[in-house]
Amino acid sequence: MSWLIDFFGNAANWSGPYGIPVRLLEHLEFSGVAFLIAALIAVPLGMLTGHTGRGALIVVVSANAARALPTLGLLVLVVLLAGVGTAAPVLIPLIVLAVPPILVNTHEGIRGVDPDLRDAAYGMGLRGRQVLFRALVPVALPLILLGLRLAAIQVVSTATIAAFVGLGGLGRFIIDGIATKTYADVIGGAVLVAALALAVQLGFTLLQRVTVSPGVRNLR
Amino acid sequence: MKSEPLIRWDWITRNWDNGSPSAISTLLESHLLMAFVPVLLGLLVALPLGLACARWPRLYQPTAGLVNVMYALPSLVLFSIFLSVTGLTPATVIIPLTFFTLAVLIPAVVDGLASVPDHVRQSAVAMGFRPLRRLLQVELPVAVPVVLAGTRVATVSSISLVSVGALIGQGGLGELFMDGWQRQFYTPIIVGIALIVLLAVLADGLLVLAQRLLTPWSRAWRDAR
Amino acid sequence: MTTTRRRRRDQNDGTKSLIIFDGVTKRYQDGTVAVDDLSMEVPGGAITVLVGPSGCGKTTSLRMINRMVDATSGRILLGGRDVREIDPATLRRGIGYVIQHAGLFPHRRIVDNVATVPYLLGWNRKKARARAMELIELVGLDPKLATRYPFQLSGGQQQRVGVARALAADPPVLLMDEPFSAVDPVVRTGLQDELLRLQSELRKTIVFVTHDIDEAIKLGDTVAVLHTGGRLAQMAGPATLLSEPVDGFVREFLGRDRGIRRLSFISAKDVRLDPAPADLAVGGDDRPIGLRVDGRLVPYGTFDPESDSMRAALDAALLSPDGTAVAVDGDGRVLGVATREALDAVLRKYAGGLPDQRAPADQRAPADQRAPAGEGSPA
Ligand SMILES: Nc1ncnc2c1ncn2[C@@H]1O[C@H](COP(=O)(O)OP(=O)(O)OP(=O)(O)O)[C@@H](O)[C@H]1O
Ligand SMILES: [Mg+2]
Repeated sequence: MSWLIDFFGNAANWSGPYGIPVRLLEHLEFSGVAFLIAALIAVPLGMLTGHTGRGALIVVVSANAARALPTLGLLVLVVLLAGVGTAAPVLIPLIVLAVPPILVNTHEGIRGVDPDLRDAAYGMGLRGRQVLFRALVPVALPLILLGLRLAAIQVVSTATIAAFVGLGGLGRFIIDGIATKTYADVIGGAVLVAALALAVQLGFTLLQRVTVSPGVRNLR
Repeated sequence: MKSEPLIRWDWITRNWDNGSPSAISTLLESHLLMAFVPVLLGLLVALPLGLACARWPRLYQPTAGLVNVMYALPSLVLFSIFLSVTGLTPATVIIPLTFFTLAVLIPAVVDGLASVPDHVRQSAVAMGFRPLRRLLQVELPVAVPVVLAGTRVATVSSISLVSVGALIGQGGLGELFMDGWQRQFYTPIIVGIALIVLLAVLADGLLVLAQRLLTPWSRAWRDAR
Repeated sequence: MTTTRRRRRDQNDGTKSLIIFDGVTKRYQDGTVAVDDLSMEVPGGAITVLVGPSGCGKTTSLRMINRMVDATSGRILLGGRDVREIDPATLRRGIGYVIQHAGLFPHRRIVDNVATVPYLLGWNRKKARARAMELIELVGLDPKLATRYPFQLSGGQQQRVGVARALAADPPVLLMDEPFSAVDPVVRTGLQDELLRLQSELRKTIVFVTHDIDEAIKLGDTVAVLHTGGRLAQMAGPATLLSEPVDGFVREFLGRDRGIRRLSFISAKDVRLDPAPADLAVGGDDRPIGLRVDGRLVPYGTFDPESDSMRAALDAALLSPDGTAVAVDGDGRVLGVATREALDAVLRKYAGGLPDQRAPADQRAPADQRAPAGEGSPA
């Protein structure tokens, strides 16, 4: 507890280029960018494979393989290969981390929609894309959002290790704290990251409330 | 640096089993320990807890909330918190990873039991199964595929997450990443990644096999032929 | 239930065939021939029912009309045009389609579900919703349900919404694939009656798939019986079908109650009525209360000779303790009683008058003794 007071009570931690606000922004920046890129890749791909039914096996297998890739190892390798200094290499392992849950959940969500519903939609004269966006996506939305949420949380929490290769973000407090045995910084940074992850969780819960139709929410 | 090859095979043979605490085989062993113990512990806790949640639905909401919080905590954060408690021991990695596997396994057990069709449950009741026997002989077997699917995710993730422990000095194969990073040397990093992926694929394969043996009636079995 | 519906066949006379199957064959990718060289003409403005055993190609035939499935060979003409020349989505917007579990959009309120096709056709929201509300009432749903989501409705209500949705853009053709088979018999009867009522107002060309022969007889102006393997076995009006099945397959499919079912098509208005006996207790408004037997009032069966069939009259006779059916008028007032002899006279006349091979005595034989001997068994 006293560590928390040491950390959050220290005025120096709240300002300047190494202060909490700056670190928080850095953290949000690269986790946000990585998450967006992953979503832009995985959501359309998952919709495509789920809707057409083609490539289902590839989706599942590659998603599983991607899950097995150790983020830290990938990060270190990519940064060594690309050279230290820019933020871009950090994005790659985070994207690799975020794509599988989004892809699998989107794919399963779309594919799992009641075939009767799909049938009725085509039968009424909706075209392929209309069937996807007016019937399948709204019904699959809870699962798609679940995938996005899991990915966002993993990205936000894993982005801490970016500090290990010299980048900023909240991980700095933790990594530097471990190096200098300043436990107040380690715990303080840990609490900040956890709070951020919980905020993401909360954000998605709210998003779900707003975007998912009550008719779908109560299906289960 | 530019002339450095991606892989130096001689480094691998020299360091595979050289007796030092950083020999690859030693790291592999500790990696296995730190990856599998959390899955076993997770199953031991998640099964009864999941059953309880299925039995008393009121327990589910608070448990789900707790599980979500556990999932949201970065492994590095938990590692560093436990570092101050358990010090530089495997427990520092094992305990936080157990929380992580629980976050995956509890929902899997609950969903698995929920996936037992109502008519199956009802007919078991009607045939005179008492609750415990019904659970063991009807509901758990039907839930196995879902629980095993969760176990696969937990196992694969656990194997890959152990390596993060390297940042606090307990990372199994992850320590190869630190080594390679410090010496700007690709080989250990690639070896580490390859071994971890290999382990994950093997473990996943074994679990798929286990599922086929445990649930010969499921469709996965038929598809395989 | 046992009343004769006013047949609408007379009004269909002269209506041209709206849908023509011309040598249509469907072979699925795995080689299954679901429909084999099917040729038939579906009359416009009437209900045509496709029946047949499971897997005989009913659904496939139906879905080829709105191109949910494309025929392998042959043509399907809709109003003279080959459906394959029409863009599938455009075609489908002009054809109502109702399926077994309704297939409602769970994320949309009932009113928006019903307005789906109007929205697709680009109607403005207000007009589409007004039309949807009209239809919700037309199919006999409480308008209060309009703002609910599908999961808040019973199965029967959902099915009504499915019908309303199919009718929303006022398509001339309605395809219905076992629309009522997922609801219980009481609700199903209600839905069938509702469909007949709607049809008497709307006069759509309806193709209706079922494997329930009773439903087919009740709803169909024309009934097409399909063989396994998707060949047409017989296509005829229900009365003709019952009295003149073309082969053993159709006979077997119609079931052993074929004779009894035929009675639904014979009016009870020719039954000779005798004055009501003294032991029929009649209330102040001339309505029967019961029969006095040993000082107790026992329930009785009634029929209305004007609107009921011989099946209803016979049913009433079987329900009464003394075997006579009480005839009542539209308001329930007693007109007289029909004795078993009077009923038999009518049965004798029709059994001889209609080209049916059965001896009159057969009609009265208990169901389990009725000779399957001459009926033959199907291949
Ligand atoms: N997509 C498909 N691919 C291959 N075969 C199919 C397909 N759809 C239907 N069939 C086969 O075609 C035949 C006719 O099927 P169809 O669905 O038209 O039958 P049905 O008369 O509607 O049966 P039911 O009363 O059971 O609904 C069956 O043997 C069926 O197995
Ligand atoms: Mg069918």
